[in-house]
Amino acid sequence: MAASKQQVVPWDQVELEPVLLVQGPESLLADRAVQRVRTLAEQRFPSVERSSVDASIYQAGELSVLTSPSLFAEPRLIVIDQVQSCSDAFISDAIAYLDALEQEVFVVLVHRGGVRGKKLLDALRSAGHTKVACDALKRDADKTAFVSAEFKRASRRATADAVQMLVQSVGSDLRELAAACSQLISDTTGMIDVTDVERYYGGRVEVTAFKVADLAIAGQSAQAAVALRHALATGSDPVPLVAAIAAKLRTMAKVASHRGSAPAAAKDLGLAPWQVERARKDLRHWSPTGLAQAVTLVAAADADVKGAARDPIFAVERAVLKIARIASSPPR
Amino acid sequence: MTSALEPGETFDVWSDLVGQDRAVETLQRAVIDPAAMTHAWLITGPPGSGRSNAAQAFAAALQCEEGGCGHCHECRSVLAGTHPDVTTLRTDKVTIYIDDVRELVQVAGRTTVSGRWRIIIVEDADRMLERTTNVLLKAIEEPPAHTVWILCAPSVMDVLITIRSRCRAVSLQVPDPQAVAKLLIRRDQADPTRAIEAAYAAQSHVGRARWLATDATAAIRRTEMLGAVLGINSVVDAMRVAGELVETAKTETDNLAADFEAKERAELLTSLGAQDLTTFPPAIRSQIKQLEEDQKRRRRRRQLDVIDQLLTDLAGLYRDVMTRQIGAEVALVNQGLEDEIALCAQQTTATVTLGILERIAQARQRVAANVTPQLALEALLVGIAEPGGVDNVVGA
Repeated sequence: MAASKQQVVPWDQVELEPVLLVQGPESLLADRAVQRVRTLAEQRFPSVERSSVDASIYQAGELSVLTSPSLFAEPRLIVIDQVQSCSDAFISDAIAYLDALEQEVFVVLVHRGGVRGKKLLDALRSAGHTKVACDALKRDADKTAFVSAEFKRASRRATADAVQMLVQSVGSDLRELAAACSQLISDTTGMIDVTDVERYYGGRVEVTAFKVADLAIAGQSAQAAVALRHALATGSDPVPLVAAIAAKLRTMAKVASHRGSAPAAAKDLGLAPWQVERARKDLRHWSPTGLAQAVTLVAAADADVKGAARDPIFAVERAVLKIARIASSPPR
Repeated sequence: MTSALEPGETFDVWSDLVGQDRAVETLQRAVIDPAAMTHAWLITGPPGSGRSNAAQAFAAALQCEEGGCGHCHECRSVLAGTHPDVTTLRTDKVTIYIDDVRELVQVAGRTTVSGRWRIIIVEDADRMLERTTNVLLKAIEEPPAHTVWILCAPSVMDVLITIRSRCRAVSLQVPDPQAVAKLLIRRDQADPTRAIEAAYAAQSHVGRARWLATDATAAIRRTEMLGAVLGINSVVDAMRVAGELVETAKTETDNLAADFEAKERAELLTSLGAQDLTTFPPAIRSQIKQLEEDQKRRRRRRQLDVIDQLLTDLAGLYRDVMTRQIGAEVALVNQGLEDEIALCAQQTTATVTLGILERIAQARQRVAANVTPQLALEALLVGIAEPGGVDNVVGA
């Protein structure tokens, strides 16, 4: 067969084709791609006959049984999963099938990452069959794009901050992130903003350390104290709590030293634009002397939580309350 | 090392110990007179006063037929660290491990190979945990007749009292900067003006003075770092400088470590016969992991050392400011920064400077107590930027 170029498409643009390779470790995307092909097949051929095969326990000849012409010539959709751990028989059968495609038979091969079956993958590529890329989303920017696409698909809009926050709270697992998006889509109305994300996913520990810092630096003593207790109760350690406050103060000092516009500051200082805006907002409550006092307090608290004082929780609480008090007194 | 001796001066194993006449005399007497000799010694003195050099010189003198001539085979091999009867335990990590000490105790029981004494030197005896020290107790108390223990520590308070009572203490003093400069000129062929500047800047720490006198970039970087601290004019500025100082300390450590660590890894792989492998079998992998952990511990200790050194330098700097403020007629530690120091002395008062010196001491304590170095430095520098603003903010 003449070599033609293999087309690579994302899962939401996949079309019904005689042979389709779904490849990559991100199982959510792979499952969605298969689901979409299935829906397309059913739309086009209401009488489609569906079968699924596990390639890891594949016996020689199974593929030809499933693909060979039948009496009533129904269209068939064959989904073959676990190609990444397939039996040797499968590779040879599949490669043989590529040279003799049947009419109205649609084969979907799902290869969930790894290098097994390279010969088959090469054969698919040189035959020019379309590949659906399901690579793992590692970078935050990719996850943000994924969330935005989820909302857009449901004809909903979300603020950039809300998307960012959602990725930060539940971004470690894509399936969880998708579930969070669908919950927000079904349970909220109108523009999805930070408050909505907070309501459903605000209890997350990784958010809470910074949340405590945010509240303390915004001068909200009572809320900060509540958030601190909440964080400690859900397993936050005093040491990262102190580190979160220190990091925020550091960001504020950095931002205060930059006179340019927010995007320029973000670029120069290596921060996200929302961090710059947040710090600028915070800085309205703060004088240089206040900042100096807060840093002094945090350093003392860090020593205390690392063994200089008997009660680390008291030490961090004292620092939080004092910092909140400095922030709520008007700058001189 | 024997070059450039002044006329009338003779070279022996003690020559590199500058300004330690009293200690040298004690040790020399022990070499000559069996009645003045004992089986365990504790050499104490501030960092850089030459504790380990004194231990080594003493060991050489004991092995030498002529009491430390500095030329014979015995002397030279001890000083080079290759003498079979002299064992030295030092560490470049944060603590000495108990297994190392157990091994040492066994070595101490062996008879001598060629020398007159079996000598065990423990540098950094203060870096032993209590449990580790206890392993030494019996061995130090009643060693075989030919065995001598020499322990080194910053002060007698740094070793356990049970060890202290079993040793004879010899204390070194902070040498005179002039004497240190003379040593640098003689031994390391340093430029005389730079040698004297370095000796003052290092506050008589011989090793550091040598580094500053012979490595031009190190001296410049040190002056730049101190200049940056003196130039702080606002809290925001202080935070920036703190970040930069930590960054400099980190790059300095990484640069020093990177080449050496790569070489160490290559050597390990060669000795395991695995230099051509791309994937390693589990047995080799665990050894590589062990090496990487060691390297990480060493980097950490080195980084903390650099920060601590920086804080010591800062203490010297504000001591200089203080001397100008109270009109003391003594030499400056930082002779390269005379104008900046004079300016700083005019702008503030001695009370403020005293407060800063206290903060520096506090920052050193905090770094030693595992507070994030950057945070400790930030707290110190904002205190320098706003001396009045941060008093009494901590406290119940």
